[in-house]
This record gives sequence, C-alpha cells and structure tokens, in this order.
Amino acid sequence: MGEYIPHTPEDIRHMLEAIGVSDIQDLFTDITEELRHEGPTTGLPSRDEAWVRNYVQRMADSSTGTELVPFLGGGLYDHYSPSVVGHILSRGELFTAYTPYQAELSQGTLTWMFEFQTMICELTGMDVANSSMYDGATALAEAVLCAHRATKGTTVLVPRALSPWVRAVVDTYCWGAGIKVKEVPYGEDGRMQVDDIPEGTCGLIAAQPNYFGCIEDLRGLKEQLGKALFIVSVNPVALAVLEAPGKFGADIVVGEGQPLGIPFGFGGPLLGLFAAREEHLRRMPGRVSGRTVDAEGNEGYVMALQTREQHIRREKATSNICTNSALCALAATVYLAAQGPEGLRDVALASMERAHELAKRLEDLPGYSLAFGGPYFNEFILRCPDAEGTARKLEQAGIAVLPPSALEPTGVEGAIGVALTERRTDEELDLFVSVLEGGN
Amino acid sequence: MATIYDRGAPGRRAASTPSPKRGADELMALIPEDARRDKLPHLPQVSQPELVRHYTALSRLNYGVDSGFYPLGSCTMKYNPKLNEDLARLPGFAGLHPGLSAERSQGALRALWELGEMLKRIAGMPAITLQPAAGAHGELTGMLLLKKYFQERGEYPARHKVLLPDSAHGTNPASAAMVGFKVVSLPSTSRGTVDLEALNKALDNEVAGIMLTVPNTLGIFEDEIAEITRLVHTAGGLTYFDGANLNSFLGRALPGEMGADIFHFNLHKTFSTPHGGGGPGAGPLAVSDTLAPYLPLPDVVLEGEEYRLSWDRSQSIGRVHPYHGNFLVSLRALAYILLLGDEGLKEVSAGAVLAANYLRAKLEKVFQLPYAGLCKHEFVLSGQGLGDVRTVDIAKRLMDYGFHPPTVYFPLIVKEALMVEPTETEPLEILDAFVEAMIRIADEAREQPDTVKQAPHTTPVRRLNEAQAARQPVLRLP
Repeated sequence: MGEYIPHTPEDIRHMLEAIGVSDIQDLFTDITEELRHEGPTTGLPSRDEAWVRNYVQRMADSSTGTELVPFLGGGLYDHYSPSVVGHILSRGELFTAYTPYQAELSQGTLTWMFEFQTMICELTGMDVANSSMYDGATALAEAVLCAHRATKGTTVLVPRALSPWVRAVVDTYCWGAGIKVKEVPYGEDGRMQVDDIPEGTCGLIAAQPNYFGCIEDLRGLKEQLGKALFIVSVNPVALAVLEAPGKFGADIVVGEGQPLGIPFGFGGPLLGLFAAREEHLRRMPGRVSGRTVDAEGNEGYVMALQTREQHIRREKATSNICTNSALCALAATVYLAAQGPEGLRDVALASMERAHELAKRLEDLPGYSLAFGGPYFNEFILRCPDAEGTARKLEQAGIAVLPPSALEPTGVEGAIGVALTERRTDEELDLFVSVLEGGN
Repeated sequence: MATIYDRGAPGRRAASTPSPKRGADELMALIPEDARRDKLPHLPQVSQPELVRHYTALSRLNYGVDSGFYPLGSCTMKYNPKLNEDLARLPGFAGLHPGLSAERSQGALRALWELGEMLKRIAGMPAITLQPAAGAHGELTGMLLLKKYFQERGEYPARHKVLLPDSAHGTNPASAAMVGFKVVSLPSTSRGTVDLEALNKALDNEVAGIMLTVPNTLGIFEDEIAEITRLVHTAGGLTYFDGANLNSFLGRALPGEMGADIFHFNLHKTFSTPHGGGGPGAGPLAVSDTLAPYLPLPDVVLEGEEYRLSWDRSQSIGRVHPYHGNFLVSLRALAYILLLGDEGLKEVSAGAVLAANYLRAKLEKVFQLPYAGLCKHEFVLSGQGLGDVRTVDIAKRLMDYGFHPPTVYFPLIVKEALMVEPTETEPLEILDAFVEAMIRIADEAREQPDTVKQAPHTTPVRRLNEAQAARQPVLRLP
C-alpha cells in the first residue's frame, strides 16, 4: 500500500469477503492464464517521494537550454506570466475536475469557459469560439478539415511562410483526409502572394503574423475565394494591435494560445484557439459552454451543442476531439483578465518596440540585413554572413535564436530568426549586438 | 453567475507590464494603417484582488477529485499526486523552448526517452510515439498508421473498413472516420463481449482492422481476446486497442501479448495526471514491429550517454504534434511510474478492480446489473426499474449526497446506463458512503420520487436546462 492507495489489509479482507472471493488473484481469473503477466514489467523498484524529486530535479538541471536568453520564437514566445495565473491554476477544484458533463457541479469550469470564448471572440472579431483545441497546429489542421466538409473542396492553399512545425501537422491531417496541400509563395517583402484560386479549393490559410514575423495584408483575400473558406492563424498577443481577422472576412480564426501566460514546457501542453463565424457554428469542433437557466430561472452554464460531438454523433461528429487543453485555456483566461485591454496592448507594443530596436541596430552592422522588407511584429529574419556561426556564437554568449535549420524548410538560407518580447532588457539587447559586432 | 466582465472598473489592471519607451501612437505607426487595430479589444478591467476572488469563487462552484469521490466511468478520476505538480513546474522543464538544440535539452529528452521505455514495457510492445496530445489524438494517429500500412502494401483503399463493437467509445468511430475509414458496428453477446460469429462474418478483404477497448466499456475483460486478434490477423487486418481502461490490468497483462498492433495510453487516466477541467491529457501510442516504420517523427534515441532526435524513418506518416506532445503531462506520468515501481503498478490495478467489484457486489442487490459477473475496474448499472425516476435523476440526486455522478447513458448498449469507476484511490469509508447514498436514492425513488426528479437541491444552481442552451445558443457575452 503506497501513499496514493488507502486500502489497509483489513479493508482488503473486508472487501474480498463482500465480493465473495478469498484473494485478489480471484478477481483476475477472467484473464486467461496464457495472457497473465507474471514477473517484472518496468523492472523498477518502488521509491519514496524525496528520491523521485531528486531524480527528476537532476534531470531538469541537465537541460541547460534554460540558461540561454530566449530570443527564440517561431510560434512560441517568452512573455511574462504573472504569478496570479499559476496560483489560480493550482486550485484543486479546477485542475482535478474533468470535462463539465455534470453542469451543476461544474459551474466554475463552465463560467470561465464562457469568459474565455468571449475573450477569444473579442480578439479575433469572430462570432463564436470553442473552449480549446490541443494546440495551434492541430487547431489549424481541424480548420482545414472543417473547410473540406463545408465546401467539399479537396485542395487547401497553405502559405510557404508558415511554421514548419505547424505545416508538418497540417500535412499529416490532410494526407489522412485526402486533401491536397498547395503552397502559396511569399514575395520579397516576406508576405504571401496569392495569385489564383484553383478550382476545388476548400480554403486559404493566412498566418498573422507569419513565420517570418511579417504582418500580412489580409485585405481583399476573402473576396477572391468564392465559396472557399478564409482561415487565419494568429498570434493572439499581436491581435492587441493588429486588426481582428473578422474585419477581413475570415471564416475561421485559429491560433497558438501559448503566448497568453503559458510556459514553453518543451512544446506542450499548448493551447489551440478556434473561433468562427456564426454560420459555421454547427461544423465547429470541440467543446462549447453556453448560458442557460436552471429550474428556478437562475442563470447558469452547460456544455452546449453537444450533438456535434463524438460522444453523441460518433462517426458523423465534427471531430474526434474529446479531452482538449482546458487548463491552458484557463491560464489564457486569467492572463487576459489580468492584463486587460491596455495591459495586453502594452505587452504587444513593448515586444514590437524591442524587436524593432534590435533589428535597427543589427541592420547597421556590416554584412547583416533583414531578409524581408515587409512590416513585422515582434520577430524578424536576419541574414548573416555565416548564419551557422552566428547562431553558435550567440549561444556561446548565452543567447538562443531560431537556427538556420529551422528556416530552411521555408526556403530561407543563411539566416536566423530573432524574436523579442517585453521581457528582453536593454542589457540583453546590448549583449546580442556586441556578439555580432565581435566579427564574423 | 457573474463573469469576470461583471467585476472591476475601467482603468483597473491586475498585472504590471514594462511600458513601451515610445508612445502608443508612434509605435502603432510601425503597423501599416490597414492592418492596425483601431479599437482595443474588449477585455475585463480588474485589479488583482478582484481577479483572485473571482476565480476563487468560481473554483468553489466546481467539484474535482480534490473535492471528493468522482466515479466517472471510463475517465479514471484517480487522485493526482501533488509531487508531480511541483516537478512539472521546475524551470528546467517548464522554461524549455522546444526549438532548442538536443544538446541543450538533454534532461527533457531523457525524460521522454525514459517514459517511452517504461510505456513500451507496460504495453509489451516494441515501439512508441509520445506525440499524441490525448487519447482521441492517439486513436487518430493509430488510424493514420493503419491507412499508411495498407497504402504501402497496395491494399488501400481496398481495405477501407474498421470494425467496432457496439460498446465502443464515441471517439473510436469519429477517429476512424477522420481518416476516411468506413465504420462497421459489431454486436455484443449477451455477456457483453465481442460476438465471435459476427466477427467472423464481418471479416473480409475490405477490413483494415478492428478497434477494441480492453477490458470493454462494460468493464468486462474479453476472455477470448487472443482468439479475436488471431482471427483479425488471419483475415489480413490489424488490431487497435483503446487503452482507456488500462488501470484494470496494469502490470498483470500486456496488450502486446494479447495481439495488439496499436495501443494508446491515456496518461491522464491510468498515470494520474490531472484532467484540468477537460485537458490537457496525453495519448502515447505503442505499436508492433509491423507498424514501427510509419510512426511520427522525430524519435528520441539514446546514443552512448547522449539523447538526440532521430529523423531516420522514411515511411513516417509525419508529425501529429508540432513538438514532442504534451511534455509536461508525460513528465508527471514518468514521476508516477518512478515512484510506484512494478509493485506499485500492480497495486494500482489490484486496488481499482477490488474497489469496483466491491461496489458492484453491494449495488447489484439494489440496481439492475444487465451484464453480471466479475468486472474489472468499472461496471455498468441500469437506472431502469425505479418507476419514472430515470438515470439522469439518480445522477443529479447523488450531487445532493456530496458525490460526483458516474458516467450516464454510456455505453449505449445499456438502457439508462450508470457507469461506475471508483479507482484505487478511494478509502473504504467513502465507498460505503456512496453505496449508502445509492440505496437511499433507490428508496427515495419509490417513496418520494419528486425529490429525486427535481434534484439537485443543494448545488450552486438547480437542474440546468440543456435543451434551451441547444435551441437558443448563447455562447459569449454580447
């Protein structure tokens, strides 16, 4: 009996007697003998808590990447998460609950989900939002499946300036569903160049900002699409200062919610955002909280529109998603509530300001230049005389950037990616510049 | 229920942020006019004390495993160890960007590698991916592997059918459909197990595979599982095992030895990671040698004393997650396995099955148990036979007695189903109190049915009108 299992030998005897068997083994006789596993499984002994803590702590200590200052973005950003976020997440009533199937015992979860949906709609300019997907990549992939179901089109147009990590997931989902992926190239300004929309297109994806940090011009795209859906994948922090995609006719807005107070966590768990126009509501995947009344007419919340979901609709469901990323959505809710409109704008502006400040200083160095001429938010691509060498030197000086290998899949050679947030200090910027000044 | 938008006042903030050096107008000018946001997003404006009190108030309207007994069948709502929460917040893991080099991520890669090795042994299968972010995501990955396997052999789309027992979780058919497979339902026998005759009839050269939950969603172990997998293999198909119910045979039987080609874990069920109000979970996928060449990339490999990422697998289906899956969830599961060891893992399944059979033995005297006999970690009662009191009423009335209800109306093959999964982490006194509450509710159903039909009476809100929420959806504040 370990610390997590409360059965004493006396309890066990009592329970066995009530069941009418004499031994625990009698409860496993339905597993035929040939399948019964005797002997070690993992080969591990039982350990005490302090041992496990030390063992795992040592593992954490050997990940030296956290000693580097992260000028590393590519879709995940080092924004500061106020202490209040972590503390609220630690409330056991919230984080040890499951999906709010039983609404009367889940008003806490359902209320914050409703708040989250409202905030995401406000940021994106959409009519409806769900309560989360796994991450931005799968959210985008599911948006494509949604467009495929809505239009019957079998080709999706994907910008080349999309994160290769995200793109890989979209490719896998599309292959599974029999959807062709066609690339939309980018121009010298780093922004997408949409020429024609082929017959049978189910959707066009735009990333705002894109993988190069560039701010896309979303005007007029929806109008070219006919019945195909316009899908925009966003950085939610940027939406404090960038026009909501809804204003440009977006049908579905997805995004990676990690910048909203969620740690890197070596890439997971993350937070998938998914919002849409009203007309796509019944095609939308995932869980949604809705406001209703109780038997006495008091306001309350329930899981709404469950008839879209797998546990009711089975193979005809809008998606197979069940468990999502609720706790990360709660983090984002608390983060957005803590920042408020002006706080979020300050985070966005300070991040953008820092990026532009550094970019300007680096551009003045001989041999270094911005790869693209277009407007950018908090991230830019820096061409270097020796990109590999630059990344290495920066790392030796204690700075992490997006290495050349992470840009090559998008057709960019000889460059590194540099991202900044409000957390980057003057001293850190000075250090960055001095490393590059130190010769090539 | 007041929302955060009902709190605070204009101008309040709960977080401090370094102000930009230049003015907002000057900075906004860096954005082309047409892309510039002209109005701030409508977000709450609250101070920090208000923020904390609001969410503390919300937490008090909620019920989690930390609040009490949560016998939600098929969800394995066991206790979530606090140690694991501390470990998942260690800066060396939480602060690690996945774009860092392998050299700089040794600790995290080691954690992934160690968990992968442990899970392979627990599954009795030779290969694994930790990318899937939830059980259903693992299922989707499994279906993609199935498609890839048959495509490589030139047998897809000829083999385009997936067989599913009628007791299956809803995610199973939905996952198969996402990859374009046609779902064929298999009837259960009167014992609740797969009907071998029906299986034999369904097995033709259009079948790609079968998805099974072991033990099944009635909590019954398929005693002919070896024969089932043999039949499917003989017919040229592959076998997918949904691992939602692994808690019942942890360390006592290996899916690989039962003939599984694909097996997904739910780390948030069996391995005690918190459910988070609906997620995040993690759904690692173990596979047989047959399918290993198609697993997602990259793989974590150990070379000498160094962990690195390997991309050496030309037939991979590609990524299903942008990075390494829900790493911080994986880490919690690793800590759980490290603490328990083999002996502890076996105690988990012993405790889970013992508690379930104890409740079954007590409750079958009062409620109908359509599929009788020994169960594993859960069992399914029927709420029928109590006049016009229905299962939903029993569930709501349980709340008044301080319990979270079981899963209701699932599996679909039991009318008015109540699916009870106590897990191994409940003290005997709590199990007894639950039995007593159930017996009293059965009595109430006969003597004062309105009390049950109008339940709950003591919760923050009374019974909520789901039909109205569906008819006139209000999904956000105006």
